[in-house]
Amino acid sequence: MTVQQISVFLENKSGSLVKVFRALSQAGIQLITSTLADTADYGVCRILCDNPDKAYSVLSQDGFSVTKTPVFAIALDDQPGRAADAIACFADGGISISYLYSFLYEGKGVLIFRTSDLDKAAALIAEKGLSEAKL
Amino acid sequence: MDYSPYFNPEFELLDRGQIEALQLKRLQDTMAHCYHGSPFYRKRLDSIGVKPESIKTLDDLRRIPFTTKQDLRDTYPFGIASVPLDQCVRLHSSSGTTGNPTVVLHSAKDLHEWANALARSLWMVGCRPEDVFQNTSGYGMFTGGLGFQYAAELLGMLTVPAGAGNTLRQLKFFTDFGTTVVHAIPSYAARLYEVMCQQGIDPRRDTKLKIMAIGAEPHSEDTRKRIEDMLGVKAYNSFGMSEMCGPGVAFECKEQNGMHIWEDYYIVEIVDPDTLEPVPEGEVGELVLTTLNREAMPLLRYRTRDLTRILPGKCPCGREHKRLDRMKGRSDDMMILKGVNIFPIQIETILAQYKELASDYLITLDTFEDNDGMTVEVELSDRANVDDYAALQNLNKDITRALRDEILITPKVKLVPKGSLPRSEGKAVRVKDLRKKY
Repeated sequence: MTVQQISVFLENKSGSLVKVFRALSQAGIQLITSTLADTADYGVCRILCDNPDKAYSVLSQDGFSVTKTPVFAIALDDQPGRAADAIACFADGGISISYLYSFLYEGKGVLIFRTSDLDKAAALIAEKGLSEAKL
Repeated sequence: MDYSPYFNPEFELLDRGQIEALQLKRLQDTMAHCYHGSPFYRKRLDSIGVKPESIKTLDDLRRIPFTTKQDLRDTYPFGIASVPLDQCVRLHSSSGTTGNPTVVLHSAKDLHEWANALARSLWMVGCRPEDVFQNTSGYGMFTGGLGFQYAAELLGMLTVPAGAGNTLRQLKFFTDFGTTVVHAIPSYAARLYEVMCQQGIDPRRDTKLKIMAIGAEPHSEDTRKRIEDMLGVKAYNSFGMSEMCGPGVAFECKEQNGMHIWEDYYIVEIVDPDTLEPVPEGEVGELVLTTLNREAMPLLRYRTRDLTRILPGKCPCGREHKRLDRMKGRSDDMMILKGVNIFPIQIETILAQYKELASDYLITLDTFEDNDGMTVEVELSDRANVDDYAALQNLNKDITRALRDEILITPKVKLVPKGSLPRSEGKAVRVKDLRKKY
């Protein structure tokens, strides 16, 4: 039901992000998407890729602080209003979303979100007939 | 009014011969008092066959074993005392909750002697009964509070026990009460000036400040000059430590060149911290002090861990009590920040309680806009969930609070990736001191 997302803890220092991406590329890992959020003192880079298990072990071995997190990936038609409909489902179903991002992938809109209510969210996705994105 | 330049001329004006004769007499008395009053000292002296009668000259001091901070911890809370507890009227204790704190006991006479030594020091730099003395130290266990309070009262000044912090109120007291003498840690002196500027107060025009006692925090000659320029005062370096009583152990005279250590109260030795042999006169080593007129808790050859030297030559002020140079550092890893003594192990013990943290950390002491502060960088462990910002921020807050509870100072905590802190020869560097000092 979920996909594995890799989160990497980074210092707010030039060059720290490039090390992550270089390490992944040297291991032959293909990125699907990534986001970077920062606070005053540090940043967290979230990555979806074609081989999260390998990405996790590569980055861990290279000494990065890494966490593997299950996130939901929903495929949506590339039409206005589809994302709003999907999010409304979760709001109505009482699922709290801790973060969300979206991108276009192979002609489809993809909505990625994180919630701690994994089982409830999975049940709701099935019930509403939302389709999972194939990444 | 015309006053003598000396508070205790009978002691301040002793020449070297007289000082040493008095020291021998008092050392013999102290040895007898410790031997008969303190099971700790008796056991230790008996184990090496030294008796009070063994002390025939001042050189015999070297037959007495050193006393260390660890001895104070091992005998926590009252085990080193040389009098029964009912003869004690006060204790001061160090802050640490990690391991045993150190406790210092005082009899009524001890408190009087402490006040006298510090009153003598304040008198030496020009404090007189007409002065208004404001103390910006925290009261309570920090000896800069009650220590200066009793001394200023004994000298006869009008005292304003303002306590620490609340800078606007401090400034109001300055202007309303006509404060002339202030005791402050150096970084707070700078803070006072900063707030004066914000409030449009010109210290020269709007206050009567003229003398400042600064201490409890390492600082440089430049820092002193800056404080003097900013506030229009003469600032005098004060040295003390709670084990000896508190402030008043040594104090600068008006020459501002070295702190006279009151040798009717203490025997000074400077030793090599590794060999524990005396260093040649004028060279830097660890300060070792023996108390000469304490009742409740005399300390024999106490290793202070402070590194300093005796300034050679005679002081033009006429006092022949030896002069200590500014403290050059520590022979252990203790840090002094805003008058608070902090050991890295205290911080390490707190950090070790968090599974999200790895074992490597770096403490940086730095000066920001005249304010000394501490940053603690700590590496995350593999068990930290780095995907969760809120959890990371809460972790940061929790650690900050726990550290503040332990060391009484709020550090800036920075979480850093594992393996990112500098290492030297494979060993992590624990403390970096970038403060303006020495």
